[in-house]
Amino acid sequence: MSTSIKTNDAIALSSADERVRSESIVKKLLTRPELGSVSGAVLVFIFFAIVAGDSGMFNADGILNWSTVSAQLGILAIGACLLMISGEFDLSIGSMIGFAGMMMSIPALYWGWPVWLSICFAFTGALMIGYLNGLIVVRTGLPSFIVSLAFLFILRGLTIALSIMFTNKTIVSGVSEAAEGDLLAAAFGGQIGTSFFSWLAQVGWIETYNDGSPIVTGIPMVIVWFILLAVGASFVLLRTRYGNWIFASGGDAKAAKNVGVPTDKVKISLFMFTAFCATVFAACQVFEFGSAAADRGLLKEFEAIIAVVIGGALLTGGYGSVVGACFGALIFGVVQMGIFFTGADSDWFRVFLGIMLLVAVLFNNFIRQRVTGTR
Amino acid sequence: MSEFILELKNVSRYFGSVIALKDINMQIKLGEVHCLLGDNGAGKSTLIKTLAGVHEPSEGEFLMNAEPTAFSSPRDALDAGIATVYQDLALVNLMSVTRNFFMGREITKKWGPFSVFDTEKANEIARAGLAEMGIDVRDPEHPIGTMSGGERQCLAIARAIHFGAKVLILDEPTAALGVKQSANVLKVVARARARGLAVILITHNVHHAYPVADRFTLLNRGKSLGTWLKSDVSREEILEMMAGGQELENLEAELAEFARLDESA
Repeated sequence: MSTSIKTNDAIALSSADERVRSESIVKKLLTRPELGSVSGAVLVFIFFAIVAGDSGMFNADGILNWSTVSAQLGILAIGACLLMISGEFDLSIGSMIGFAGMMMSIPALYWGWPVWLSICFAFTGALMIGYLNGLIVVRTGLPSFIVSLAFLFILRGLTIALSIMFTNKTIVSGVSEAAEGDLLAAAFGGQIGTSFFSWLAQVGWIETYNDGSPIVTGIPMVIVWFILLAVGASFVLLRTRYGNWIFASGGDAKAAKNVGVPTDKVKISLFMFTAFCATVFAACQVFEFGSAAADRGLLKEFEAIIAVVIGGALLTGGYGSVVGACFGALIFGVVQMGIFFTGADSDWFRVFLGIMLLVAVLFNNFIRQRVTGTR
Repeated sequence: MSEFILELKNVSRYFGSVIALKDINMQIKLGEVHCLLGDNGAGKSTLIKTLAGVHEPSEGEFLMNAEPTAFSSPRDALDAGIATVYQDLALVNLMSVTRNFFMGREITKKWGPFSVFDTEKANEIARAGLAEMGIDVRDPEHPIGTMSGGERQCLAIARAIHFGAKVLILDEPTAALGVKQSANVLKVVARARARGLAVILITHNVHHAYPVADRFTLLNRGKSLGTWLKSDVSREEILEMMAGGQELENLEAELAEFARLDESA
């Protein structure tokens, strides 16, 4: 009996070998979701190194400039990426940025709350809205496109209406003074490595102003948050059981449910995570600039989705990568700032963005066909 | 310990005024392939859903290991060792073999303060589980979208077996498959039986069922026509009972009529 099974195995083995074509490394790489955005980022760097190499784009302050822009978008893209892999969208993240900014500024400036408490309040509020958003999508089975589009308008409208109601203004400034000495505020608006950068300036490795202070004083917390969230989210997605549930929920929610994956919980929690990311973005902006404005975050939801799609995620869910989304955000930041540095008209940025998006989607479609074996 | 792992005694199932199943008697034995045959609308789906814990019987007794049992959910049935592989297989095409194999039941290991999905061990188990079913996976991290329908069916079966199924219910496993792939799936069914599992094979294709089955139960319009051992019944007899001998005779007469018309034309 055992020998007969063994021969059967041998037959299966040999037939499998003859049936499966061996694939080159290039083709194997092609099935990686990150490939497009990583190679895109390399191309973009080469392009601007040639075109704008002497414009200061790759000086210390230039690097800080585009990496901050990339990090800001990257934070949003990380949340949007996990959500998109789980098969859903959130169009309300842009509005959430404005709303969260007001939720942390108004209590601190007008109601006399300590700043740390206002920040906690904003995060709690954002998570609750994310929960509600997810709950409606999961319970009604409506497309998240429609539900979150509704929230896009509801939140933006609320932001303007409530800030006028409480403050009579749509721009609330003076947060910096209030946040003086607040540790939680510093965790979003502060910088790290300041002594390291002044040492670099002393040694003469980075440029200084006339008074001897370095041109770059430290790494803004937004970059730190970006890196922490990227590493954390990527780890969770690829190496944990919850990560497998994210892929399963987006790949085929019915199949996932049938084998016991709590797809509803997964999706709701990711709507909450997206809202969390939008609030981190808002906090970094509010405490860096010292003000909140009702129109903050306009169109950011689309930029985040573009970064995620450039990063190789499928709009239909089940496939994508946090690393890819981060490189998508990097391309975004480098091109946006690069066009500024080269002195070209910034309108060209949008043209580039649109073309980039189209190329990415076509490329992703091709990849999906390869992965699923369909034509 | 009873001779039978599952036993249905006069089980009926009604949906409002509709009688989906009436007085079904069935015995399932470990190490046997029990084939459930019936045309469309015969009540096969209702019966397997009753066995799988989706529906509770409206009347009658459901015994597992000779004890009366009632499952309130498919999860209950699964925990008791009754695994069902439906036609959609509950697989995700974009995910890898391993991720599919462990979907919803991921094995974890400690990594510092975190508990992580143990991919290396999972790859090994998935590969071994499939090899045992006679399928060689080159790369368990490869998405299953490129696998054939038969291989996917085998993956779903191997997964059910690995997670401790004692009774394996297969819903039309060969319905959408070609001849060779069907043969592979039937081989896997035979291997599952050799491992001592009870397999309930639902099909309307007698030619697929006959070589591998030990017992046949025929359903027609919600009623059981009876259960036969393979030694007691021939393929042709089953086919005739399934189609209802009368209807087949009518069909033959009609076809003969067509042939006559063609000749005269």
